Amino acid sequence: MKMINYIKNIFLGIWHLLQGMYIAMLNFIRPKVTEQYPENRGKVSPHERFRGQLIMPHNEQNQHKCTACKICEMNCPNGTIRVVTKMETDPETGKEKKVLDRYMYDIGSCIFCALCTESCPSDAIDWTTNFEHGLFTKSKLVQRLNREGSSLMKKIRE
Amino acid sequence: MFQFSVVNQWIDEFLRTYLSEGWTLLVEFVLVALLVLTAYAVLALLLIYIERKICAFFQCRIGPNRVGPFGILQSVADMIKILLKEIIRINKVDPFLFRLACFLVIIASLCTFGALPFDGGLHAIDFNIGVFYLLAVSSLGVVGILLAGWSSNNKYTMIGAMRSGAQLISYELSCGLSLLSIVILSGTMQLSQIVEQQSDLWFIFKGHVPAFIAFVIYLIAGHAETNRGPFDLPEAESELTAGYHTEYSGIQFGFFYLAEYLNMFIIAAIAATMFLGGWMPLHIPGWDRINEIMDYIPPVIWFFGKTFFCVFMALWVRWAFPRLRIDQLLALEWKILLPIGLINILLMTLLVIL
Repeated sequence: MKMINYIKNIFLGIWHLLQGMYIAMLNFIRPKVTEQYPENRGKVSPHERFRGQLIMPHNEQNQHKCTACKICEMNCPNGTIRVVTKMETDPETGKEKKVLDRYMYDIGSCIFCALCTESCPSDAIDWTTNFEHGLFTKSKLVQRLNREGSSLMKKIRE
Repeated sequence: MFQFSVVNQWIDEFLRTYLSEGWTLLVEFVLVALLVLTAYAVLALLLIYIERKICAFFQCRIGPNRVGPFGILQSVADMIKILLKEIIRINKVDPFLFRLACFLVIIASLCTFGALPFDGGLHAIDFNIGVFYLLAVSSLGVVGILLAGWSSNNKYTMIGAMRSGAQLISYELSCGLSLLSIVILSGTMQLSQIVEQQSDLWFIFKGHVPAFIAFVIYLIAGHAETNRGPFDLPEAESELTAGYHTEYSGIQFGFFYLAEYLNMFIIAAIAATMFLGGWMPLHIPGWDRINEIMDYIPPVIWFFGKTFFCVFMALWVRWAFPRLRIDQLLALEWKILLPIGLINILLMTLLVIL
């Protein structure tokens, strides 16, 4: 019985090793995944869900969706986002209202956890796949995400 | 079939017309030595490139592709780098043995390399005990490895060298037994005659099942002797930093590195010579037309084709299998490969007698 087991184990072992070699050969003939980066610069982008940089989308009338609720600022684990607000009078109703002045984003301390985009109630901020963040000046790491003279999109207020 | 013996005879006659007997021999010796050394270095560079490229392909990468077209000059650049590196003097080593060890390793592999039949004429020396010589000299390298481990005065090198010694002494048995079965089949130990006898059919087909079993055992045991792949316990990056050559640097490390790659080539070349017919083209009895077509391919290409096939097998195995523990390694040899090898010799003997 022991002898039969010994011989059986040898053949079982050979079978399993052959399976391993088959899997390795499948990998050998599979297309290669290496990106040759400086050559294909601009041609190949990362996966669309890759978090490269935080942006605030604007439409053609230079309008964004940010209501300056500061939920993203509160959710940010290390103070990357700073929302600066200002009071503005609404021309239709004549009431004073809090609107977004500057949306400051420090990419130097961002850990790309996406808690800000997850928690944003009005989908005002989003991610792009831009990954080339190299800069020569430290102060340029702090970016202003809303454009100059932009205002809140009207649809949201209805 | 084009054979290099024509070139050899031409050179010999050319030298004899101008020089006396003794000087002719001296010039020929120097020429052969230069040729062997150059081939050794060039093959090492080629093997390093091939190894890196194939390893990359197994991991879905591209591998070296920056230096020269397809990165073929990468290993040349690495060689220049390793030649320029400083040889660090280490305190409390045994200086004589420490320097001797790397030379012993490379001399052992160079001696084996010199005795390989690359072609009918490209054969530095043709012993009548060629197989015996190959086995004896190729296992000499373990002395160098043991010395390197001992003289470095370091626990990692010591453990690595001890493992290497245990591994080589065990697997040498299987190696010898599997080559012995081919010696039984051919009835000679002379490498040129072994190749000549395979002119009608290679031994792996001629010897039926026992030759195939011997081939597989030889590949496994030879692979273990080169300290690579799933049997890389003497180096064991994760446990022993670099094993027996932890303390070496510069060209001394380069010698170990070179010898390791060339040992892989030598094992593959011996396997190709003994089982796959060496430089002999594929001849099938009865199929005369195909045999004629096969003869048009030069024997050197046949030899290197078969050898690189065996090298590819070694690399394939390296990336397919997980590493073994030292007790599993020895159990594989003593409990499985050795009994199979002994039974295989019995089978081969019966086959030859009947």
